[in-house]
Amino acid sequence: MAAGGNASGIPTVNGSLYFDERYLGKPLVYCGTGGIMPSSLPDGRKTHEKRVMSGDRIFMVGGRIGKDGIHGATFSSEGLSETSPVSAVQLGDPYTQKKMLDFLLEARDAGLYNFTQDCGAGGISSSIGEMAESSGGCTVHLDRAPLKYPGLDPWEIFVSESQERMTLAVPPGKAGEFVSLAHLRDVEVSDLGEFDASGFLRVLYGARVVAFISMQFLHKGVPQLQLDAELRTPKLSEPAIAEHQNLGGILLSLLARPNICSKEHIIRQYDHEVQGSSVVKPLCGVKADGPSDAGVIAPLLGRPEGLVVSNGICARYSDIDAYQMAANAVDEAVRNYVSAGGSLDRLALLDNFCWGDPIASPDNPDGRHRLAQLVSACQGLYDACLAYGAPLISGKDSMKNDYRHGKWRISVPPTLLISAVGKTDDVSLSQTTDFKSAGDAIYVLGLTRAELGASEYYAMNNATGTAVPKVDFRRNAALYKKLEIAIRRGVLSSCHDCSEGGLAVALAECCIGGRLGAAVAFPQGKYIGKLTPAQLLFSESSGRFVVSVKRKSEKALRAIMRGAACERVGEVKGDLLSISVRGQEAVSVPVEGLSSAWKRTMGW
Amino acid sequence: MVKRARFPKKGKKAQIGKAKKKAKKPAKKMKMKKKIAVRSAKKIHSKSKARHVKKKAHARNANGVKMKAKGKSVVAKAVKIPIPQKEQRKPRCIVLAGFGLNAEAELAHAFCLAGAEAEIVHFSDISSGREKLSDYEIFAIPGGWSFGDDIAGGRVLSNKLKHTFRAQFEAFVASGKPMLGVCNGFQVLVKLGALPNISGSFAQESTLTFNKSGRFEDRWVYLKPQKSACKYFEGVPFINCPVRHGEGQFVPRDRKMLDALARAGMVPIKYCDEKLDDSAGYPQNPNGSAENIAGICDKTGKILGLMPHPECSIARTLFPRFTAGVSYEKNSMRFFENIVKAAKEHVK
Repeated sequence: MAAGGNASGIPTVNGSLYFDERYLGKPLVYCGTGGIMPSSLPDGRKTHEKRVMSGDRIFMVGGRIGKDGIHGATFSSEGLSETSPVSAVQLGDPYTQKKMLDFLLEARDAGLYNFTQDCGAGGISSSIGEMAESSGGCTVHLDRAPLKYPGLDPWEIFVSESQERMTLAVPPGKAGEFVSLAHLRDVEVSDLGEFDASGFLRVLYGARVVAFISMQFLHKGVPQLQLDAELRTPKLSEPAIAEHQNLGGILLSLLARPNICSKEHIIRQYDHEVQGSSVVKPLCGVKADGPSDAGVIAPLLGRPEGLVVSNGICARYSDIDAYQMAANAVDEAVRNYVSAGGSLDRLALLDNFCWGDPIASPDNPDGRHRLAQLVSACQGLYDACLAYGAPLISGKDSMKNDYRHGKWRISVPPTLLISAVGKTDDVSLSQTTDFKSAGDAIYVLGLTRAELGASEYYAMNNATGTAVPKVDFRRNAALYKKLEIAIRRGVLSSCHDCSEGGLAVALAECCIGGRLGAAVAFPQGKYIGKLTPAQLLFSESSGRFVVSVKRKSEKALRAIMRGAACERVGEVKGDLLSISVRGQEAVSVPVEGLSSAWKRTMGW
Repeated sequence: MVKRARFPKKGKKAQIGKAKKKAKKPAKKMKMKKKIAVRSAKKIHSKSKARHVKKKAHARNANGVKMKAKGKSVVAKAVKIPIPQKEQRKPRCIVLAGFGLNAEAELAHAFCLAGAEAEIVHFSDISSGREKLSDYEIFAIPGGWSFGDDIAGGRVLSNKLKHTFRAQFEAFVASGKPMLGVCNGFQVLVKLGALPNISGSFAQESTLTFNKSGRFEDRWVYLKPQKSACKYFEGVPFINCPVRHGEGQFVPRDRKMLDALARAGMVPIKYCDEKLDDSAGYPQNPNGSAENIAGICDKTGKILGLMPHPECSIARTLFPRFTAGVSYEKNSMRFFENIVKAAKEHVK
């Protein structure tokens, strides 16, 4: 990802790394990209409307076709084994893509094409096939496609997923200008045929017809699958873990866990500054090594408007309840987004599913349960999107993430990655997670419940439990709107969401970022109720933040937060994080100790 | 405004919109390239753009905003003030683009803010003769991954330049006009032999090679200006900006050359720590460069190359700790203003 993003000149501003042993068979990599499109072209055409006209030339642009990436998509939808073909993996070349990108933007503004589609799964077979629906048919000459080396059969040319290619519909009158611009910019383009209104996809290799399919069948001919789902309730129970008096040691172990520890080693290998627009970067704080909740960029150089980008992922929750896994993934993404300065009014989400095979067969006895988990997750996603008023504007799924070796099978846990993106009117109002100055008051926003199910704390004790965090959408949405106002009015000095590891980890991370200690106390009272110290400090209840405010802004914060849970828990102070619960000291660790535990795991 | 030189479009004259100065250009030249019409600021506002069109919008607005906020800023000076006599036009800056370069927009933006008129020009527009270096007073090569940096950083682009518009390039060097190479641009200038060019024969004398850490790194650094022939750092106490490269370790041919560089005042900028100690080691010196050298210049001080990206620290909100009130954008802007100032004497 570093090679692709860096050489393409695209800043990698946000990301996360999530570990579970079940990804050993098929590690998952998600990558999301966003761009900005003019609403209309210099010639007045609206860019959101695109149509292929009958008579348009079919142009393939960019890289050449090779055997790499043949069956790439079907490969990623099959169980991985020692017989999986090496050629299924595409060989990327970001330089070719960057040249193509620059050229396409220039050709776009010159009005040289009507339609563009990338060659993803299925290569030109799918890009041309889909584009031909717009005009009503096409004729493709595969022998005109440029190859990396000779020896490809026509079907291989048609389905290869070799990278860095796009398919364009170029009006015949513009083809000459299009080709000469491409030559000038050293980008390879080839005219593969013509879009027409014949009603057929006609594919030729020389004079030989190698495919002739009606557009009707191609697009509407596939029968819908009817599948059965059956939700099985997992047999789980709350573990009995002895209450520790001193939770400081546990906090240090949590900070060192792969899902929580610093990812600085990786982050620094991604260019997160190119394009000169990164406002909130992946790392923050006095030593630029504290974690950020979200990325904020101001892509219109010199202008205050920007975009907030964040993500949420909590696959392990699906071991208890796939509905709450999805709901929490959305909540985490939204929480991160709001924490850095995003607004719910301008929020859009993306959903990316990766599942183990959900189709039952003798080979796959728990297929029906997996399918039911998929249904549950979709319901959780649906409810969350409605509650936060956020549309799902893009997404993807991959359903066969299983690895087989003899009797062994490793399947990924049901995994849903949610990305959040939205516009902010003024990036200078963004907030970061690091404590800023001693004397600031620390507040916890949102309620902590006894929700240790599938938490990092339980995972550290080799337990799953039952009490998975349940998202209270209405309460959270109300809190997020209030927090948005507090950030917009500049009331806060810092803001950090609580997720993996709970309150204690969030407090520790704020301390690490600012290299400042904190004196925090939870006296017996309404906020902690009957919670045990471990439940209070390590529960991963949704909808919570740790914020710090200047003394003089406390009144303003309380006023804004009226009606929401907003508990003053201590102040930024010294170089020691101390947390007491019901008057008893639970944690007392120097900030340098927190930071070295947090950075050691991946401090290569 | 930042403009991007355009591919010629048949039968369509270049539209320069409101940029009146351009009207003085011969019509023949105008046919050579189609430029994006400069829209009114209002219209641009409603049209958020993909990269290159967008750039133009920023620059214009940034100028506008800055003028309103600080009537006496240097940017404001460069914007039209009615003068009865013949008005001197802004220095023109050509920012190279294409073939994998990718930081042209922010570099052009910085030069615009500093009072130049920056134009982003594709390499092939110069090599094919559509654009001439001599029409410009500043030549800037931005960062990026030219030709994927597949052989070595900047190697292929420097070779391509040698075999296409070398004569123009050498004439630009001889003219004494300012030239800046940032990151990949610095690598290109070093591999071209334009830096440090002690011999004067454009032979490569030093190199920028893989970081000592062995990997690409993105981190913010402090830079301390040194006594040198380069005047671009005058009045700049230090610069705080990001580095992001995998091949930034400056290696001179030998110790003798290192001493010669120092004696001739060709080391204008070094990595340092927060207290401006320029002997600090990793990570303050992020790549293991000899003597913490972050950038070098030629004998005249007019050609400067550096690995860090001052164009990425020209606004308050780009600083990692701006939320804590820490930012040094004025220092970086001063650097660009000094380059533009040096270019002014070449404006005819």
